[in-house]
Amino acid sequence: MIEFFALLTQILTTTLRAGTSLIYATVGEIYTERSGILNLGLEGMMLTGAVTAFATVYHTKNLWLGVLVATLVGMLMATIHAFLTVTMRANQVVSGLSITLFGRGLASFLGERLGPASNGGSLVGMTGPRFSTIEIPGLSQLPVVGALFKQDILTYLLYILIPLATFYLYKTRNGLNLRAVGESPQTADAAGIDVPKTRYLYTILGGALVGFGGAHLSLAYVPGWTENITGGRGWIAIALVIFAMWNPARAVLGAILFGGINAVQFRLQASGTTIPAAYLNMLPYLTTILVLVVMTWWENLSHRIGAPAALGKAYMREEK
Amino acid sequence: MRIVFEKRESVSRRAMVLVPIVSFVVSLIFGAILLAVSGANPFVTYAAMAKGAFGSWYGITETLVKAIPLMLTGLAVSVAFRMRFWNIGAEGQLTLGGVAAAGVALYWSQGLPGWTVLPLALLMGIIAGAVWSGVPALLKAYLKVDETLTTLMLNYVAILYAEHLIYVAWRAPGYNSGTAKFPESAWLPQIAGRANFGLIFAVLLALLLWFVFKYTRWGFELKIIGENQTAARYLGIDIARNIVLALLLSGALSGLAGACEVLGLSRRLQQGLSVGYGYTAIIVAWMSQLNPIVILFVAILMAALLVGGDQIQMKMRLPASVGLVLQGMILIPMLAGTIFTEYRIRIVRHEGTMLTEKKHD
Repeated sequence: MIEFFALLTQILTTTLRAGTSLIYATVGEIYTERSGILNLGLEGMMLTGAVTAFATVYHTKNLWLGVLVATLVGMLMATIHAFLTVTMRANQVVSGLSITLFGRGLASFLGERLGPASNGGSLVGMTGPRFSTIEIPGLSQLPVVGALFKQDILTYLLYILIPLATFYLYKTRNGLNLRAVGESPQTADAAGIDVPKTRYLYTILGGALVGFGGAHLSLAYVPGWTENITGGRGWIAIALVIFAMWNPARAVLGAILFGGINAVQFRLQASGTTIPAAYLNMLPYLTTILVLVVMTWWENLSHRIGAPAALGKAYMREEK
Repeated sequence: MRIVFEKRESVSRRAMVLVPIVSFVVSLIFGAILLAVSGANPFVTYAAMAKGAFGSWYGITETLVKAIPLMLTGLAVSVAFRMRFWNIGAEGQLTLGGVAAAGVALYWSQGLPGWTVLPLALLMGIIAGAVWSGVPALLKAYLKVDETLTTLMLNYVAILYAEHLIYVAWRAPGYNSGTAKFPESAWLPQIAGRANFGLIFAVLLALLLWFVFKYTRWGFELKIIGENQTAARYLGIDIARNIVLALLLSGALSGLAGACEVLGLSRRLQQGLSVGYGYTAIIVAWMSQLNPIVILFVAILMAALLVGGDQIQMKMRLPASVGLVLQGMILIPMLAGTIFTEYRIRIVRHEGTMLTEKKHD
């Protein structure tokens, strides 16, 4: 029995570690989508965030500076998306895709260019300082819940971020305005809310969190830089927004589901299973499809799952 | 002072031509800044890229080698994009097409008459690609499941499956990875350098699609669905059926691209079958404004950026991903510029007083 709890604690610890970057990205995208803007650029933003964070830390040895740079990079790329979709009224899907394609190329270029000359300019295979695990004395010894207290500081920050993000969205005036803009921009506009400004603000805020998530990958989870470090996490986060029904608190459940799949994958692989590794590695992607099917089916049964009504639609005041 | 957008009565043809060209130039300028900041001379780099891609017969044929899959996948996504179905799964559809063609070449070729192997391998590649896009199409058509995420997730699944075959299940004895070479009966002929017969397929299919989009009722239906679903329903167009049909065609084209890659280029299934063609296809299709003929030329341009990237990596020790950055950068000014094709922009100083008028007629 004690062994079972030890195993469970261990799996939960890994789950949370694997899920952290997903939670940041999901909460970021929830805020963006709540304003009515769909950002499919997450994968590119996380990649660029991860590479710039690691490059900064590699050269300056300053971990928090790395996090700051990734956050700013995320914000900058989100600003491009906001400009294209809000000001220039471009198609949100294509704009997001173009951010991802751009980020993919840029991250790859920077990864081969920002490293030391001794490594041919590449960052791949380099090591630098990392956010290490901080065990909280006493609490981390508890069975099962101890998993919550054997994490790095970026994961601990989530314990503040999630309640705060939920409270802000549902209990504050600003949160109400944000939801109004995503639900019915016409009404929000009539009520005196600046729709374009709100959309810019929360798209950029979302970008900051996505960049932060990217930094967690390269500074704590992996750590280091490898090509395609995200492995589709940016896309999975977009699916998790639907799974979370646009509620930041529920983003935790999605991240635990996917972090859990990762943790189980590792355990099975370590135990020398006969299932080919490739099939195990397909699990997160197949699960994402399953989640989407179930959520859509649920919605088709006329249960409202909470998608902002104006999501993906450009708002034009002049149009009559 | 405020900016007013005024909807045009018809799209501006001049803007449709100018916007992609200006976007490419903007992308080159941005790339030049990035190169200069990272300590490389942008002019020398660009010259080397252009020379690598077009400066010799070898360069030109290598550019065509990379243009073939971009043409086919570009056409593939353009069919889906036409009805605003966001198929971003061309990468996976291409991969699975390659896998299926390789399967025929490796495991069915013994028992069959020689002349049937190649057509059968191509056909199975086409079918595999169509199956892989058919799944998200059915999910979208009958359950309304969002297609961007399902098509994308299936890319990862297809690539992992291909890797499993390459490294484990189909690995040839004595190799670290990759299958045995295909028997010659399964080879797709090469027509110029390493550029294979897929080029002919791509040109013929582009002409065919151009005709279908412009002159057939089905082409018209896809366009209406893309522009206005409600109107399409009023016209009695079966949206679900069209989604499935268009997506089967889209996946089939990507599957053909994959089949041509393995049968005409590597002639064995090996690592590096998909190097992001399915994603670059999105850029190709959108930059061409979904025009099948234009897609052929834009695919060559994007292929040139890839070949140019490889060249500067070999000759100047610069990352090949410069090509990827330039590609990825193109859509951003392009999207910002699209507004000029549909809207006129006026700057109004005081209500009612026009200050300037930008016209692109």
